[in-house]
Amino acid sequence: MTLLETEKLTRAYGGVVAVNKVDFDVEEGLITGLIGPNGAGKTTLFNNITGLDAPTHGRVLFEGKDITGAPAHKICRMGIARTFQNIRLFRELTVVENVMIGRHFKTGKSETKGRFLNAIGSYVHLRQEEEEIYERSCQWLEFFDMEGMKDELAKNLPYGKQRELEIARALATDPKLLFLDEPAAGMNPQETDHLMAIIRKIRDLDITVVLIEHDMKLVMSICDAITVLNYGMKLAQGTPLEIRRNQDVIEAYLGKEDA
Amino acid sequence: MFNFFLLILIYTGIYALMALGQNVITGYGGMLSLTQAGFFAIGSYATAILATRYGWSFWATLPVAAILSAFFGLLIGLPTLRLKGDYLAIATLGFGEIVRNVLNNWDSLTNGPMGIQKIPMITIFGFVINPYKKYAFLVILSIAVFVAYLLFQRLARSRMGRALAAVREDEIAAQSMGINVTKYKVYAFILGASVAGVAGSFQAAFTLSVSPGTYTFMVSVMVLCMVVLGGMGNFKASILGAFIIQLISYLPQLTGLTAVIPPQFKQILFGLILVIMMIWRPQGLLGRERIDYTKGGKR
Repeated sequence: MTLLETEKLTRAYGGVVAVNKVDFDVEEGLITGLIGPNGAGKTTLFNNITGLDAPTHGRVLFEGKDITGAPAHKICRMGIARTFQNIRLFRELTVVENVMIGRHFKTGKSETKGRFLNAIGSYVHLRQEEEEIYERSCQWLEFFDMEGMKDELAKNLPYGKQRELEIARALATDPKLLFLDEPAAGMNPQETDHLMAIIRKIRDLDITVVLIEHDMKLVMSICDAITVLNYGMKLAQGTPLEIRRNQDVIEAYLGKEDA
Repeated sequence: MFNFFLLILIYTGIYALMALGQNVITGYGGMLSLTQAGFFAIGSYATAILATRYGWSFWATLPVAAILSAFFGLLIGLPTLRLKGDYLAIATLGFGEIVRNVLNNWDSLTNGPMGIQKIPMITIFGFVINPYKKYAFLVILSIAVFVAYLLFQRLARSRMGRALAAVREDEIAAQSMGINVTKYKVYAFILGASVAGVAGSFQAAFTLSVSPGTYTFMVSVMVLCMVVLGGMGNFKASILGAFIIQLISYLPQLTGLTAVIPPQFKQILFGLILVIMMIWRPQGLLGRERIDYTKGGKR
């Protein structure tokens, strides 16, 4: 079943078309890879789906609902979480507080309606609510073997752990769909292996994962489906095996052989 | 001498209220706002006008001052949301000046530069707090500061306080965590403004007269200094900062050295303290408050 799809999604900045009529779809339960050379529009596509940017044309459908141009916090509450290419942690807050912020809207009956009254309720029932949030957050830290670091400031974590904390924070929102923007960037091979294990564990929690990645070993070994972008357009789509043999993709990455 | 010390404490209380509000906006929300003087003035004039013209009691004017200031907090918060750092500072500074100029020129309502005199004194249970009963005024003011402190402290320790901290740290990440950044910024402005309005109300009831000259840009700067000196993101520190800055302001009078130390000296001292602080202790005297979650919500 298709969980998310974009229909001819286009994002133009003046004359520069960063994403050009891309039909991108994500099947539920799979790990989808989004690859392409630098500047191909991968992150722009992510931003347009997750509400940080609005497409100039085209639509984004999540579970069949049109979410085009909805603000980021609403999209997050619908069940789409994300991480960032350049780590965006709340640096001066502790590790556990970072994750607790992911639980922010998880209080009360509805995640979208009556939030103001709910906030007053939170104010009154501070103690038990905070305890719940804290416990759930610690569980996510355990998932990442990070419970020992929970009182560190986020900015003091080693690089690889910062990336993982960002994923933990995103998971704390209980998403159906998780976008990872270059999760392995800057990681050493051991850290990358650990990350791959984590991504598989996330999929086993029935969370659909979409990831942008340049590390081909990671992409080819864990992705179930791959979409390739080049110059803002979709170049190819298929299983890792199909992509590896696709002549257009090879050309985009390695250049064309002179005849 | 003792009386003079009481006076310093009263001004500490009034400024502490403003500093608490500034701490919500700047210390938690991370927005560099320079507009507390404007809200302070609105609160003062609300009390002054309602009490002198319509004979309202101080206690009735207090919530009106808070709500009116909060409303203006909303008005200033909405259009300046997109602005950050120094740009926001300039825009909010402009608002403070607008308020002062309106007060200066709207003669029919505010009596212009002459201000409003003969504001009725606070009465409580038939007990009139006249200017000679500084201690009584101080008790009431302390209760107000304490209540405001408790309310803000609880806010800071709730998920709303955490969300505001997230907005300060990284707006884009906060949005992507499902936090409505716009709303939180406006709420911070509203809360910060309302408590400054309350401070204004007390100021009017204490001095028994108001005039636009009181609500200058320097007030906003002083309030900001208090928050920075004490430590951003720490409400206790805001009160401490208010006390220290007030003490410094009145140092020449307090030590009886007015003949030796010119009044301008305090500004030199302010500047010096801030420079020293920024070099050796940029986080402020007490620093940001940390919350210990392990004690099962017990703080």
